[in-house]
Amino acid sequence: MFQVYLFLFLSCVALFSAMMVLLSKKPIHSVLYLTLTFFALAGHYILLNAQFLAVVHVIVYAGAIMVLFLFTVMLLNLNKEGQFPKTTLVKIIAAIAGGLLFVVLIGSLKSFDLATVSNPAVSQIGLVKNLGKTLFSQYLLPFELSSILFLSAMVGAVMLGKKDKE
Amino acid sequence: METTVTQLQMIPLSYYIIFCTALFTIGVVGVLVKRNALAIFMSVELMLNSANLLLAAFSAYRNDPSGQVFVFFIMVVAAAEIAIGLALLVVVYRSSRTIDINILNRLKW
Repeated sequence: MFQVYLFLFLSCVALFSAMMVLLSKKPIHSVLYLTLTFFALAGHYILLNAQFLAVVHVIVYAGAIMVLFLFTVMLLNLNKEGQFPKTTLVKIIAAIAGGLLFVVLIGSLKSFDLATVSNPAVSQIGLVKNLGKTLFSQYLLPFELSSILFLSAMVGAVMLGKKDKE
Repeated sequence: METTVTQLQMIPLSYYIIFCTALFTIGVVGVLVKRNALAIFMSVELMLNSANLLLAAFSAYRNDPSGQVFVFFIMVVAAAEIAIGLALLVVVYRSSRTIDINILNRLKW
């Protein structure tokens, strides 16, 4: 029962902060609420016994991506209210469209056969040892290719960020 | 007896589906509503994260490590995408002094 309560608590935190990402007036508050969402999701990964993913999630999202977002907010000087006014009509339409999408997705996923083979509380697949074995045997080539992807992303970001000479 | 105890403690998989769908919907609404390109990026991150969590949940409940490896690769691609996307935003802001997507519509037609 404790796990279910923990799940509900983390879900409420994540959904609340995700809503606040949209509702916040200042972009920097949105970014900080996004960090809170990411930490709640890391808690979800730990609840699933996926410890490797939880650690990677905290490092990548709360560490790297959040710093990028904060730097961009500060570089672009966005932290002023009222820069992006929006009408109430658009908000209502988007809320209705989102609610319909939610209902459709739930309705279509409800008919799935959700056969569960194992209990995540006792399964060991999410541990670093077991996931590393899979990653470095079966998925070695994609892992190495992702390093090339990162290199090209880094070069591209530097190229884009450079000041033009003329 | 032990299996019944563990069965009782298990969180139903449908909880994860409902939670991840709600998070994904919030991301979709954010993409529809927001005019700030940075906020749209954040909403895309929310959608990616909800898909990731559901993939990890399926993987854990079916005892298949491939799903979690895929989540790892999705995180890798998302990190690269954000680095490039934010660099693009900075370039766009430098050239047109705004990141309001209603003004940045020169490629629309």
